[in-house]
Amino acid sequence: MSAVRNPIAWVIAAIVLGAVPFVHRDPYHLHILILILIWSFAYTSWSMMGRFGLTSLGHGGFMGIGAYVTALLWNHLGLTPWLGIPVALACAAAMALVVGYPCFRFRITGHYFALVTLALSGIVLQVITATRDWTGGSLGYTPEAAKGNNLLAMQSGDKVVWYLAALVVWAFGLVVWTWIDRSMERAAMDAISEDEDAAAAAGVNVTAEKLKITVLSALMTALAGAVYCQYQMFISPDTVSGIGISLQMVFAAVVGGLYVALGPTVGAIITILLAEGLRIGFGTKAVGWDNLIYGALLVAFIIFLPKGILGSILERVSLRRAPEPTRPAAEPARARSASAASPP
Amino acid sequence: MDSFLEIFDIYLLEAVLNGILLGGVLALLALGLNLIFGVIDVTWICYAELIMVGMYAIYYLFTVYHLPYWIAAPACILIVAGLGALLHFLVIEPLLSAPPINQLLATGGVLFFLQSFATVAFGIEFRNVGIKLPILAIGDMNFSYARLLAFGAALVGMVAVYVFMRKTYVGTAIRAIAQDRQIMPLMGVDARRIYLITSAIGGALAGLAACLLVLMYDVHPFIGLSIGPITFLICVLGGLGNFVGGFVASFLFAQIISLGGLFSDLEWGYVLAFGFFILMMFIRPAGLLARRA
Repeated sequence: MSAVRNPIAWVIAAIVLGAVPFVHRDPYHLHILILILIWSFAYTSWSMMGRFGLTSLGHGGFMGIGAYVTALLWNHLGLTPWLGIPVALACAAAMALVVGYPCFRFRITGHYFALVTLALSGIVLQVITATRDWTGGSLGYTPEAAKGNNLLAMQSGDKVVWYLAALVVWAFGLVVWTWIDRSMERAAMDAISEDEDAAAAAGVNVTAEKLKITVLSALMTALAGAVYCQYQMFISPDTVSGIGISLQMVFAAVVGGLYVALGPTVGAIITILLAEGLRIGFGTKAVGWDNLIYGALLVAFIIFLPKGILGSILERVSLRRAPEPTRPAAEPARARSASAASPP
Repeated sequence: MDSFLEIFDIYLLEAVLNGILLGGVLALLALGLNLIFGVIDVTWICYAELIMVGMYAIYYLFTVYHLPYWIAAPACILIVAGLGALLHFLVIEPLLSAPPINQLLATGGVLFFLQSFATVAFGIEFRNVGIKLPILAIGDMNFSYARLLAFGAALVGMVAVYVFMRKTYVGTAIRAIAQDRQIMPLMGVDARRIYLITSAIGGALAGLAACLLVLMYDVHPFIGLSIGPITFLICVLGGLGNFVGGFVASFLFAQIISLGGLFSDLEWGYVLAFGFFILMMFIRPAGLLARRA
């Protein structure tokens, strides 16, 4: 699409998004926007591997590691999150390697991969609950408020600061997504998700490629967890870890659209606005209704719109723009011009 | 998940025996899921939520409407069996030709749906049916009658399924479908009907599990999250669809949880069990009893 390639459109979009908190200062609305941005980033991280058929139900584990390791290092060792977050990311990456390598080496795919990663998120949840003397268990955990330098503690009470930070993180997620989308990695992963044996025969190092994308996805998810922890200043196994969060990631990404860059963002907007709308509209009576609607929507989407909302819309738009498929048409044209150029 | 195994004492033998009893219950949980997977080739992520609905059914029939337990229990089994068939009809059947992972995710949606349905309809309070079974004391060891009963019923349930699969026409058809999905419809077996029956049986097993679990634990909308994951892990450990493997895996898992919980907190028992699961996946990816190719 032409709009995507146009750098001016990007600059305008960046300015508009960056200007939002200076025009509209309502703290509640900013809070919702920040949450949307952080969760969009998490969902984007999930769909990095989800789009290639690596359905992980263990991303709640990575997110929990990102959040808890950062907070624990800060509270117990006084290590600033600027160093704590890299440590947390390293932990998440190490875990992704430890679980991913044997999975891919021994060809654990599909159902089995989903269930192994489910066990992973179960382990993280249980460890957090079991070490309740350190982590507060299921009651949750709060990073101590900074005793001086807020910047060093990566804390801020100012919503505008957080909005801009979340915007940068979210944009970073989209950049990585686009970068992968245009790389050889994507071609390799597409081939793998179609047929592993054929991809291997064609010279793709299946294990290494899968491992790369898994570690990248785990790193980004852990970062999302750490950012969420620093913003909310409260984490509990229910909000950043465990199976519920893992499923929530899958759900939002599927509803928004797995295969397009902004799909997970659309998923986050829909899910968070739905939850907040119900909460405001119905108060405590709405407990459970949001998940009730999510659940029904998730089933309906997988049956009727497996490409998600944004994915289906974009597909329809591009079909209308170019009634005949463009790529196969371009190939013969080039071939013809090549043969025309060669002497008869 | 900490509510799942509260009754533990400090004695090793007691822990081992209780582990065996727990293994029976887990085996029953795994049986229904294995049946569904083996025949229809889908994983019901929401299997434990069916059990949760069954537990609520018992709670309402028994405690609120004061029906005797021996009427409430069969009613519960029928209700959950119907729910299983409905789940297949509404969700799985439209997705039969979709990638398997989509079926898994769709049942994940059902999980969300049932869980929040319970929250909305029944509230988040913990509810107890109020049947107090005595504790059996042998020497210094204590066993709950509820768990012995569950163990016995689990064995009976498993034998009943085995007999059904071996001795009846429908059972034979189910096993045939499980062996070759493409050929059997050509041999005159109505695959849709068999799938529906299998789903109903899977649901009935979930209902049976609900009848027994309700004697041991309080019901709340999120109880599925504490029994679901472990059931899947057992099925995968035993090899999805492999009944004997699931049976063996149940007892292995129960012993690890039981003994791990003996030496430390109960959560560490689970951590050990989950870690063992991941390790076994790498050593025997196709399940405990699978022959290595």
